[in-house]
Amino acid sequence: MKKMKLVMVGNGMAGVRTLEELLKIAPDLYDITVFGAEPHPNYNRILLSPVLAGEQTLDEIVLNPMSWYEDHGIKLHLGKKVVDVNRSKRIVISEDGTEEAYDRLLIATGSNPFIPPLPGKDLDGVIAYRDIQDTNTMIDAAAKYKHAVVVGGGLLGLEAANGLMLRGMQVSVVHIAPWLMERQLDDVAGKLLQRSLESRGLKFLMNAQTQALIGDQDEGKAGRVMAVQFKDGTEVPADLVVMAAGIRPNTALAEKIGLLCARGIVVNDTLQTVTDPRIYSVGECAAHRGIAYGLVAPLFEQGKVCATHLAEFGIGRYIGSQTSTKLKVTGIDLFSAGDFMGGEGCEEIVMSDPYGGVYKKLVIRDDKLIGACMFGDTVDGSWYFKLLREGRKITDIRDKLMFGESNIGDTGHEGHSKAAAMADSDEVCGCNGVTKGTICKAIKEKGLFTLEEVRKHTKASGSCGSCTGLVEQLLMFTAGGDYSAAPKKKAMCGCTDHSHQEVRDAIKEQKLLTIDGVYQAMGWRTPNGCSSCRPAVNYYLISSWPKEAKDDPQSRYINERSHANIRKDGTYSVIPRMWGGETTADELRRIANAVDKYNIPTVKVTGGQRIDLLGVKKEDLVNVWKDIGMPSGHAYAKALRTVKTCVGSEWCRFGTQDSTQMGKDLERAMWRMYAPHKVKFAVSGCPRNCAEAGIKDVGIIGVDSGWEMYVAGNGGIKTEVAHFFVKLKTAEEVLEYTGAFCQLYREEGWYLERTVHYVNRVGLDHVKKKILDDPAGRKALWERLQFSLDGEPDPWFEFDKASVDTRQFTPLSV
Amino acid sequence: MSEWKPICLVTDIPVLGSRRVARAQGPNVAIFRNSEDKVFALLDRCPHKGGPLSQGIVFGDAVACPLHNWTIGLADGCARGADEGCTQPFQLKVDQGMVHLDAEELATLAINVALPKAGPGASTGAVGDRTFEVQAPHTP
Repeated sequence: MKKMKLVMVGNGMAGVRTLEELLKIAPDLYDITVFGAEPHPNYNRILLSPVLAGEQTLDEIVLNPMSWYEDHGIKLHLGKKVVDVNRSKRIVISEDGTEEAYDRLLIATGSNPFIPPLPGKDLDGVIAYRDIQDTNTMIDAAAKYKHAVVVGGGLLGLEAANGLMLRGMQVSVVHIAPWLMERQLDDVAGKLLQRSLESRGLKFLMNAQTQALIGDQDEGKAGRVMAVQFKDGTEVPADLVVMAAGIRPNTALAEKIGLLCARGIVVNDTLQTVTDPRIYSVGECAAHRGIAYGLVAPLFEQGKVCATHLAEFGIGRYIGSQTSTKLKVTGIDLFSAGDFMGGEGCEEIVMSDPYGGVYKKLVIRDDKLIGACMFGDTVDGSWYFKLLREGRKITDIRDKLMFGESNIGDTGHEGHSKAAAMADSDEVCGCNGVTKGTICKAIKEKGLFTLEEVRKHTKASGSCGSCTGLVEQLLMFTAGGDYSAAPKKKAMCGCTDHSHQEVRDAIKEQKLLTIDGVYQAMGWRTPNGCSSCRPAVNYYLISSWPKEAKDDPQSRYINERSHANIRKDGTYSVIPRMWGGETTADELRRIANAVDKYNIPTVKVTGGQRIDLLGVKKEDLVNVWKDIGMPSGHAYAKALRTVKTCVGSEWCRFGTQDSTQMGKDLERAMWRMYAPHKVKFAVSGCPRNCAEAGIKDVGIIGVDSGWEMYVAGNGGIKTEVAHFFVKLKTAEEVLEYTGAFCQLYREEGWYLERTVHYVNRVGLDHVKKKILDDPAGRKALWERLQFSLDGEPDPWFEFDKASVDTRQFTPLSV
Repeated sequence: MSEWKPICLVTDIPVLGSRRVARAQGPNVAIFRNSEDKVFALLDRCPHKGGPLSQGIVFGDAVACPLHNWTIGLADGCARGADEGCTQPFQLKVDQGMVHLDAEELATLAINVALPKAGPGASTGAVGDRTFEVQAPHTP
């Protein structure tokens, strides 16, 4: 079959990324032709600033060398500007008369610098700052001339000014507004930035309206620029003028050929132009839902979606992104996102230390974070950005909000918070042992731009995620990527565009009972999902429809399929249940005998007051369970694990309550309870709290007059102290409230979300409303949990009922 | 001329699941069945850190390793996505519902591949428990 023809106009980052995505999924569908106005292959435009500053070279910022185009059979027309498209004959025509026919056309012409219509704008030495040529002109000028004026104190202007200064020029920045970067910073942060740049040697002319550029010939009307004149008549000398007054989507071609343009080429959610279905557009030239994005991450997102439609898969929608800003001037930290100016109806939390050069402002409306602006200390930028995107209520963390997530406690990277200060050999990701050097190398060599890509390639921040902030900083410094732009809604996995919440809701509303049913109803792209979505969907089914939906063992992780923990050599470990952490001589004897009989190499006391037998062969599991004769401890499952207790009033001279009995009662009532993630309880008999109830999913502390209940603590990656929830009088109440909390988490939590993350997401107020303020609702929750657990089998003994496929325990032989 | 050894029926393998085949020598071979009843055989050892692929979740024409979630293609044994590495694939034939493996391949392929170790000595390289002489501080 003859291949279709795809022509791309524009050879920049968004367009070429779209081709890369397309070649990945449909390598043979098209004969591809690319027109580029510049004489260069695709390069990283964001890194022009470091090139100007002399920190990188032009060669280093090439993303796709010529060989890439050749290897993929792409016909490349460099230095040829496309001037017309005949849409009825489907032919692209370039300046020099080259013609190419197309079946589909992709317009990725990017943006143009905006040049204000000033007298003298066409003089020699007056340039914009957009491409390699401009950069080279600036580098050359810096070698020959002394005075540079940058018109525009925005992101681009400041980067240009900084680069020219580093190349030895005396640079003045002319800005029309009262403070710098007024679209990204408030007045305080803008002035701090100005002061910091002034101390480096830049000069600023604020509130300055440029009137004309004066040349050195023909009474100032021709020749090379020599001065900039302002409305008030004053002049500053200038041998080089850089116009950085903003960019505009480059829609000249699109408008000429009759495509609808409104602040960009108007495209729909599939990146198809609304005028001509054969023409697509991505990148800075495209206007999606009224927004033309200027940052990499959203544009790559567009590229990915566009590629699936060019590949005729007919899936995927781009629904917009939220963005944030950082400045790429080495040594200056600033961050802003959302509505950072505030105003009517907004509250502000401000921390300002002008001498220390630190300023943070958080803007809050209706108990939600809606904007943030920071200077000097931006470590928590990504955290604020996350809160902002999720739009969650911040009432319960309001007092801690200003001090940031890094203040709440991190482990795994020695408390580092500034990536720039780290050595290449320093470990960034403690989980996967990834150093700063490894990450930077991968970013450079593999051309990574997003956090997701770094995770895929290096595994850094892919496990516990506590070093995410550091990795994002590295991305920032190395690739200049605006990593922090993120899709508005997070899809569950690559198999679908639906979020966890949407899947949960659909299962509930449409009463879906099987995994296949969910995949069909919700239009999954893959026949049987992947190892990420299938366990999640399986959990949502059995937790939403207990006794009706059937558990599917092939959709569970190995630990829950074999009911033991897999170890690094493929053996398993067995942890029997010891109610409330109590055992007997008889149990210990049976355990000891099994250890001898099955040659179990390691016996370990766990942190949850139980005993772990490590190194059991899979073939022996069934017999070990049988010989020990104790119930499953579910130490391998997203389920109720341990209930840790202190000895309590039975033995302890300080004990006020019988914590051991309370723990046993809780454990007997709720064992076999599957949940979005593991669940741990602890019960202490007095406020000395020897059972460490403050870092458990549910912690109960006995006091003289009853029990205090704490929820959503966590002793893991980030130690999180549980929130005080309610004071209770009787043991029956403790059971009911604990059960209700667990059931709420089971019904509303997303898969692999611990109680701490669930409560952070929905807010403690929501949980209190459902459990403390609504007695009928609470009782109903507790009843639903009891209904779910009633008759649940012990998977170590009731194989049929627990759908344990016993064939797995016996290997086949030849 | 290869000799095909009967192993088990296709129906002895769970749908979207696997079975382990123990060999006289060398690591196990894992046989997988996908949702279209296609059957595949690979060395039961992930190219990453040697995890038993037979214990992973099967989806489409791939399996996710149970240790670190690498995705391995069932047909070629090679890692997908950003990861790199391949495990040994084995030829396989289904005849009247019976799965067969090639006797010569079973006897010769990937016989000397090392399996990951765990337990006492596995992290330090020293095998077995070490004992310490403890002197009570109050002995004269």
